[in-house]
Amino acid sequence: MASASLLKSSPVLDKSEWVKGQTLRQPSVSVVRCLPNAPSPLTIRAGSYADELVKTAKIVASPGRGILAMDESNATCGKRLASIGLENTEANRQAYRTLLVTAPGLGNYISGAILFEETLYQSTTDGKKIVDVLVEQKIVPGIKVDKGLVPLAGSNNESWCQGLDGLASRTAAYYQQGARFAKWRAVVSIPNGPTELAVKEAAWGLARYAAIAQDNGLVPIVEPEILLDGEHGIERTFEVAKKVWAEVFFYLAENNVLFEGILLKPSMVTPGAECKERNTPQQIADYTLKLLQRRIPPAVPGIMFLSGGQSEVEATLNLNAMNQSPNPWHVSFSYARALQNTCLKTWGGRPENVKAAQEALLIRAKANSLAQLGKYTGEGESEEAKKGMFVKGYVY
Amino acid sequence: MSAYQGKYAVELCANAAYIGTPGKGILAADESTGTIGKRLSSINVENVEENRRALRELLFTTPGALQYLSGVILFEETLYQKTHDGKPFVNLLKENGVLPGIKVDKGTVELAGTNGETTTQGLDGLAQRCQKYYEAGARFAKWRAVLKIGPTEPSQLAINENANGLARYAIICQENGLVPIVEPEILVDGPHDILKCADVTERVLAAVYKALNDHHVLLEGTLLKPNMVTPGSEAPKVAPEVIAEHTVRALQRTMPAAVPAVVFLSGGQSEEQATINLNAMNKFKGKKPWTLSFSFGRALQQSTLKAWGGKKENVQKAQAAFLARAKANSEATLGTYKGDATLGEGASESLHVKDYKY
Repeated sequence: MASASLLKSSPVLDKSEWVKGQTLRQPSVSVVRCLPNAPSPLTIRAGSYADELVKTAKIVASPGRGILAMDESNATCGKRLASIGLENTEANRQAYRTLLVTAPGLGNYISGAILFEETLYQSTTDGKKIVDVLVEQKIVPGIKVDKGLVPLAGSNNESWCQGLDGLASRTAAYYQQGARFAKWRAVVSIPNGPTELAVKEAAWGLARYAAIAQDNGLVPIVEPEILLDGEHGIERTFEVAKKVWAEVFFYLAENNVLFEGILLKPSMVTPGAECKERNTPQQIADYTLKLLQRRIPPAVPGIMFLSGGQSEVEATLNLNAMNQSPNPWHVSFSYARALQNTCLKTWGGRPENVKAAQEALLIRAKANSLAQLGKYTGEGESEEAKKGMFVKGYVY
Repeated sequence: MSAYQGKYAVELCANAAYIGTPGKGILAADESTGTIGKRLSSINVENVEENRRALRELLFTTPGALQYLSGVILFEETLYQKTHDGKPFVNLLKENGVLPGIKVDKGTVELAGTNGETTTQGLDGLAQRCQKYYEAGARFAKWRAVLKIGPTEPSQLAINENANGLARYAIICQENGLVPIVEPEILVDGPHDILKCADVTERVLAAVYKALNDHHVLLEGTLLKPNMVTPGSEAPKVAPEVIAEHTVRALQRTMPAAVPAVVFLSGGQSEEQATINLNAMNKFKGKKPWTLSFSFGRALQQSTLKAWGGKKENVQKAQAAFLARAKANSEATLGTYKGDATLGEGASESLHVKDYKY
């Protein structure tokens, strides 16, 4: 079994055994999972960040709300700006992010916003810290902590996600700056296999990141994205997704991650973008819910789906289909393109369009909020919103 | 390959869900010939086939008891036995809405190089045996893996070996129409506290579900038979609510919602204790997307056995004792047990036997 090679010692070794010779550090959330001599069940919950993590996760996973992913790296944000004829400067990035976070009443539909590092330390064009604006809007600030995908040696042209080096001090610094959740995106490609190696690496990296994030007060969003690229049908996606999630949860458990203090960001189970056979939102919902029921422990408070290239309307319809009956976890959204696309195009970089752009953002946010509650009807959707956003071989 | 999708898939899911019907649970009456001998000798009854048959008949013909049961686990001998007027037990059970189940493991053996840890035997020829049992009327199976808590136990070897054995057994059962009850019992023996038990239970269950997933087992067509999360037998006792909280949390962290039900083992708890703890679990407020029920052996039969004493004239009294426990546990699955079951002699007696071999 895979685990045998990774775990060198007995799982029930006293914690003091392995900290011998190292600087003893503050008790961490791992205390909740394995502390042989604790006095009573109640005191253990006060360990370091455990309570706060559980609370934060619950807030982000609140009914009728989801996450606005606005953590595009500078390079990726550059592509967005270029698509509306804007130069990729800090000022333009600042202007765009200001537009997003100051949309009035955004917090009614959005519970969390994922930021890129630059944005975490930025102010709005009015000189107010973006983090403060978000908190005032009742939106929890989050931070992308991975350092991007690089080729995985020995694989079938697949990638792995970097970012573990120095992650402890970076997450601690982000916490100081006001972030309360983190995000790390690993990817799995079906046309390339995926190979066992790539799946294992993605899962293990996510587990290590999650443990470190929790240790430093950030709720880790666990994101193993199964890319939309490919001609495969929905059954194949289902099969791969089941394998990926089994690995992810097994390694999360081995790393003593507190499941009540994480959020998931999976891809929905859909056919590949180039598959001739398409599926209805109902079918996508059925497969996706089955995946969740078979792989996700009920202790996880929230599952925030990524849109991965679906059109704005598709992403909303699919989410709505999944919320037609009660689920043991909050099933919601963490959308970037599927929330921002029309908004970006409406803005076009012009100050006079800001209000209209913000309205466009709020329309999408509200639609997805309704979808989270299972009440979306699809009335009055624009043509722009229905346009697919799949980009083959998307690098992000 | 995806999870099992063969010809029995729909039936497996339906049977597993049925066993988890709220208000019902399982009577574990699958004591091997050797083990039932110990029970019989405790009431001075000879261990002969007729006595074994008579005891099981007493249980299965208790008026009004079968409504509280969704399944009965049988030993191979019993699967082919009949009532004294010639009705096969299997038919009697089925007519009363009770699914017959069958113990299919062949006991435990020690793992070399460990400190007395074990693995469970029984995979050889299992497919053929399952087919035979299905033809005889069985619709679910049971396989007991055993782990213990100690300074260096459970070892990773013991966890891996038992998890893998359970997964192999489970898929073979499904391929042959039997719903596998997956039983990774972590013995209660020891001075450890409830947190240690919780930690070990979570690790073991994580490994078990990883193995089941790797072996393509159809989770909707399985049941879990775990220990409750409790302090060790030599540690101070805690309240039922504490047991409930730790047990439900361990399941929330490891058991996917696709599994329809948990049927707890009693593992040496007294009849009353087991019922009270099960009741507390069903009253506990928290996410529980599966039914929480029972699969009790000793905790359903102890006072019945004592009341019977092997004598025909005691059958009615013994059946009354059995009915009381069955009803109490049924209420416990609904969280409505008031602790008022007429306590038969021995109902509060701990049934723990150190280092129990069964």
